Amino acid sequence: MKNLKHAASGILVPLAALGLWQALSSMGWVNATILPSPMQVLTKWWAYLRPLEAFDPAQGSYLAWCFSGELIHDALGSLYRVLLGFLLGGGLALPLGLAMGYSKLTYGLFNPLIQVLRPIPPIAYIPLSILWFGLGNPPAVFLISIGAFFPVLMNTVAGVQNVDSIYLRVGRNLGASRLTQFTRIILPAATPYIFTGARIGMGTAFIVVIVSEMIAVNNGLGYRILEAREYLWSDKIIAGMFTIGLLGLGIDTLMSRLSSHLLKWHRGLEQS
Amino acid sequence: MSAATHISVRGVHKVFQSGGQEVHALKAIDLEIPRGEFVCLLGPSGCGKSTLLNAVAGFSLPSSGTIAVEGAPITEPGPERGMVFQEYALFPWMTVAQNIAFGLQIKGLAKPAIQEKVEGLLALLHLQDFRNRYPKDLSGGMRQRVAIARVLAIDSPIMLMDEPFGALDALTRRNLQDELLRLWMELKKTILFVTHSIEEALYLADRTVVMTYRPGTIKRDLAIDLPRPRDVASPAFNALKKELSQLLMEEQSRHNQDEFKGAAVD
Repeated sequence: MKNLKHAASGILVPLAALGLWQALSSMGWVNATILPSPMQVLTKWWAYLRPLEAFDPAQGSYLAWCFSGELIHDALGSLYRVLLGFLLGGGLALPLGLAMGYSKLTYGLFNPLIQVLRPIPPIAYIPLSILWFGLGNPPAVFLISIGAFFPVLMNTVAGVQNVDSIYLRVGRNLGASRLTQFTRIILPAATPYIFTGARIGMGTAFIVVIVSEMIAVNNGLGYRILEAREYLWSDKIIAGMFTIGLLGLGIDTLMSRLSSHLLKWHRGLEQS
Repeated sequence: MSAATHISVRGVHKVFQSGGQEVHALKAIDLEIPRGEFVCLLGPSGCGKSTLLNAVAGFSLPSSGTIAVEGAPITEPGPERGMVFQEYALFPWMTVAQNIAFGLQIKGLAKPAIQEKVEGLLALLHLQDFRNRYPKDLSGGMRQRVAIARVLAIDSPIMLMDEPFGALDALTRRNLQDELLRLWMELKKTILFVTHSIEEALYLADRTVVMTYRPGTIKRDLAIDLPRPRDVASPAFNALKKELSQLLMEEQSRHNQDEFKGAAVD
């Protein structure tokens, strides 16, 4: 009952916004090209989602047909780039971050360069990325990996540096070798920070994928909403935007579920 | 050094640099602890009792003088001197059983041997129902039981305890004190126990070493010959309590004077 009430109150504002939007459109106060009605967007969304051709068993399985819609292709394309870029950027940032957090020497060597590069938004790399990698997936993945790299790096460094020294004292007291201290104490103690970094990095990757698709790739959700603008299909633009929003929400929910599962020992994540 | 001496502290000084000033935390400490003795270090905060304990643990070596265990000088921390911290210091990412097993894994014991030992310790400290819990789900008293089990697991002949029950409520505290005495008598450990509670020292120790406030020296080395279990309401207990209170008050007032001068750096 309480949950129901909670859910009901959560849906109130979106419903009101939707109602207002529909009213604006049906009263004819705004041009439908500038702001199409919610119904129009929904119709377009469905058209964007469903398969383009009728089911033909000769072309492949029913399941493949179900997923042959343009939106599905775009979403999968974007998702593929996000994951690839995230794994690349995060995968490089994690070992470097661990090394920088653990060793003052490594920190001293790398930190100045990192601090200079970090404030450069990934978007600023667009011209170079096209110069270096041409068009298509490579420049997009490059940009996304830059977006994911720094949050993972900075949080990993902080995570290792902030390991409570009392845990290391216990480790030494129990006779742990340096390797054991690193793998069994420092690494697990730093995971809450690392996961936070991964979540922020994934968020950045998601922003960057949309931008990079507007510039360097000819499919994906970012490309599609830019293409729709060329034809003044504002309903498709909005449908694409909502898809981006829902996909981002889905990824973030997944990441947060994963981290609270893996960090069930951690105090700070009990309520998230 | 007599044959029974387990820990020997000889002419130990410890000097810290603090705000451009030299702080003499320990000065000319001499202490011989026989095997199997329960010794409490008692004093106001800033008297260097924890500094001395950390020196014996090997976390922070003396500026001069030597500390030896069975005649061998201490140069680094080691599992033969297991430490129990006031803040428990359990690994929050490990369950109770994993925390206890950690030291045994470091020793390289085989899995069945580890399991057997952990089971024994869970039973010894009444932790069987909590083996798969994480520390965050345990009360302070339970956490300290796990921390004690973790040190018992590695069979340290010496247990160093840094105000281990300081953060517990009175009942839990008494409960764990009794438990510790039971374990000590059963396992014949040498225990060096830091506390600022007179009653705790009198309740637990064979011998109480009262330390002075800065520089930390030994003010009084007092054998507590009361029979166990000790009755905290007995006249003999209270006479000792009064005596120790008197000694401690003197040091506390020196501590206070220092604080009012703004010189205390804790």
